[in-house]
Amino acid sequence: MSKTLTWRRLLLAGAMACAALLPAARPAEAQQKTLRAVVHADLKILDSVWTTAYITQRHSYLVYDTLFSMDETYTPRPQMVGEYKISDDKLTYTFTLRPGLTFHDGEKVRSADVIASLTRWSTRDPAGQKLNEFLSRLEAVDDTTFRIVLKEPYSLVLETLGKAGIPAFIQPERIARTPATEQITDPTGSGPFIMKKDEWRPGNRVVYVRNPAYIPRNEPPNFLSGGKVAKLDRVEWRYIPDNNTTLSALMAGEIDYFEAPPLDFIRLLKDNSDITVLNIDKLGVQGLIRMNSLHPPFNEFKARQALMNLIDQEQMMLAVAGDPSLFLKFCGAFFMCGSENETAIGSEPMRKHDMAQAKALFAEAGYKGEKIVVLYPTDRPQYAAATTVMVAAMRKAGLNVDMPAADWSTINARRARKDAPDKGGWNIFITTQGGSDAASPIGNVWFNSTCERANPGWACDPELMGLVDKWLRAPDPASRKARLEEIQARAYVSLPYIPFGQFFQPIAFRKNVTGVLAAGVPVYWNIDKK
Amino acid sequence: MLVVAGVVFLLLHLSPGDPAAILAGDNASSDDIDRIRATLGFDRPLLVQFGGWLLQLAQGDLGVSIFNKVPVTELIAQRLQPTLSLAACTMAFAICLAIPLGVLAAWKAGTWVDHAIMTFAVAAFSFPVFLIGYGLVHQFARVWKILPVQGFSPIEQGIGPFLSHLALPALTLGLVYTALLARMTRGTMLEVLSSDYIRTARSKGLAEGPILIRHALSNAAVPIVTTIGLGIALLIGGVVVTESVFAIPGLGRLTIEAVTQRDYPVIQGVILCASGVYVLINLAIDIAYVLLDPRIRY
Repeated sequence: MSKTLTWRRLLLAGAMACAALLPAARPAEAQQKTLRAVVHADLKILDSVWTTAYITQRHSYLVYDTLFSMDETYTPRPQMVGEYKISDDKLTYTFTLRPGLTFHDGEKVRSADVIASLTRWSTRDPAGQKLNEFLSRLEAVDDTTFRIVLKEPYSLVLETLGKAGIPAFIQPERIARTPATEQITDPTGSGPFIMKKDEWRPGNRVVYVRNPAYIPRNEPPNFLSGGKVAKLDRVEWRYIPDNNTTLSALMAGEIDYFEAPPLDFIRLLKDNSDITVLNIDKLGVQGLIRMNSLHPPFNEFKARQALMNLIDQEQMMLAVAGDPSLFLKFCGAFFMCGSENETAIGSEPMRKHDMAQAKALFAEAGYKGEKIVVLYPTDRPQYAAATTVMVAAMRKAGLNVDMPAADWSTINARRARKDAPDKGGWNIFITTQGGSDAASPIGNVWFNSTCERANPGWACDPELMGLVDKWLRAPDPASRKARLEEIQARAYVSLPYIPFGQFFQPIAFRKNVTGVLAAGVPVYWNIDKK
Repeated sequence: MLVVAGVVFLLLHLSPGDPAAILAGDNASSDDIDRIRATLGFDRPLLVQFGGWLLQLAQGDLGVSIFNKVPVTELIAQRLQPTLSLAACTMAFAICLAIPLGVLAAWKAGTWVDHAIMTFAVAAFSFPVFLIGYGLVHQFARVWKILPVQGFSPIEQGIGPFLSHLALPALTLGLVYTALLARMTRGTMLEVLSSDYIRTARSKGLAEGPILIRHALSNAAVPIVTTIGLGIALLIGGVVVTESVFAIPGLGRLTIEAVTQRDYPVIQGVILCASGVYVLINLAIDIAYVLLDPRIRY
């Protein structure tokens, strides 16, 4: 009897000890609305001026605010700006900040903060650099009013301030005065969420909490503009490198939001009644074939045109995206189908993809069977798939293709080298860019054909850049449209790159998550969780 | 350690890849990449870079991550608990299962029990870790919904969540280790069980239990402990895959991410720490020999 009692006591004591070790329920935490989101990459750099990495852009939209933001028609709408005036001669833009704007450290947002932020951003951003070419001065009128004074009229001032890719995020002056060559590590902004840097675990988790002092605009949210109402108390970014694990975690309800599910998971996710699949970006992603303009055969326009004749966009996209609902069958626009700059001018040869014409053009370009080095990334499945299809077409056309395989990091380093292809350089690589970046001749960095100053591949066409310059100076939308068509017609001659298709990257989230905005990029305001 | 430091530094800096190109982002220009390379000091001669790093090391400073500007020591400290917890749970699981299985297989050598245990060992050793991991996740987390799919819960947040998050990863990793240890235990025990003194013990009428545990197993302990020590290398290799499959923010994942990003200070720091741990494990094994076998003296 006493032995039984002793065992029972022991069991009871053990159970009590275990219960004591379990975490006590914390009522305040239980009521918090926390979104657990798995994002496409690990956040490493907090400074969007310092890097073009998309994960840093996502972070910036959480913690910073912008002067203007685009609506769904790509019209810039005031965001931090309350009122603004444009002088009759279109040389002076005067802006007044909305009342009540404060940074996360409690300091008021002042004109000096705006000027410092614009100055730093415009030294690196291509659209900002263009604005600087027209800029006479940037000055504070008082604490809440500032002025942009131009040397000559420039019709894209508001578009530049509110650009959708990486706009000018406003930071406190003390931070924005950091030289653009130095990385900012202080995430103080005035946006709807505050980064909890003490909870940041690189490679694992980033935590943001609602900014209680943020005053959203009264308008409803529209694309990136309108009221940024933070309905979540906390956003937890998790970085899970394994997509299968993320898929299982979403299905099991351990996470709420999967920012970039692989495209071959989409069908499976759509079939799950607990999960919503949503395309938040009508522009999607542009695939591009980049040729090295420094070395034969692609230093000749004709060789580039020949390669274009080999490209069958639908075949490329089937390899990249699989599901036909996730890509456009054909898009001949350099500046994205669906954007205000869409035009099909000049794209007819690519639509035809004529093998005989390709062979003839390669011969005219002086190609005599030299080795063409195509970089093959082993750890980027979409790029690898597109590369495989392209190389098959090249070999079918009788080209001598060498396809060295390497991880993306190695390719990234190799593509920056200007050496000859047989001495560690290259001829072709494949990459992609976000639609909001590609949609304009100045935001589209791979379109930039300024020779030595251009991105790797060093596209070189002064005539094309002259047309871009004319487009920038166009006084009204109609003449801008006409000049854009001239730009694209010329681009299909010199081919800074070959756009090989446009596809869409939907996001997936659990049904209890509502209010996800189709804002082109994943943003976290307006999202609610039941 | 100095040799390890030198070899690691040279291997990293002579291998292809450029952290500046990764830092700049996919849409960066060559100018951007050159600017970042200069900011990081990678445009300096290799010897100057190596000298600077050695000087830092001498002051106990492992440097700062190129990417997130967090000190390497802090990054390693953040990742230590998940990896040590996983390693400890895996070891405990494997030792508790493998040694009894090995002893049983040796005792019942040639019977169906022995065959069954050895079939299990061969299968567990042959399956890739990631395949076992995905299989267990599917069954335990998605079908039965009794264990979490991924993640790590620190022990401060309760022993229940801590153990439930470690159960599947430890089982995944432990199966391989169990197989290795069970086979070694069986082999060593078979040799010991055929010894004269065991036959003498049996002929004197001693029960099988004391013969197996007190006489045979204690004499087979030295090779088993050696295998446990050597197995830690296998364990550390397996941790890398297991941490990725189960999204455990440990040292394995830190290493993988640092390698793919070419985050030189982090890779160098982790490898130096790992080599230090190896030295300590070997020391512990040597000490264990003395305790297990009084005939051994250094």
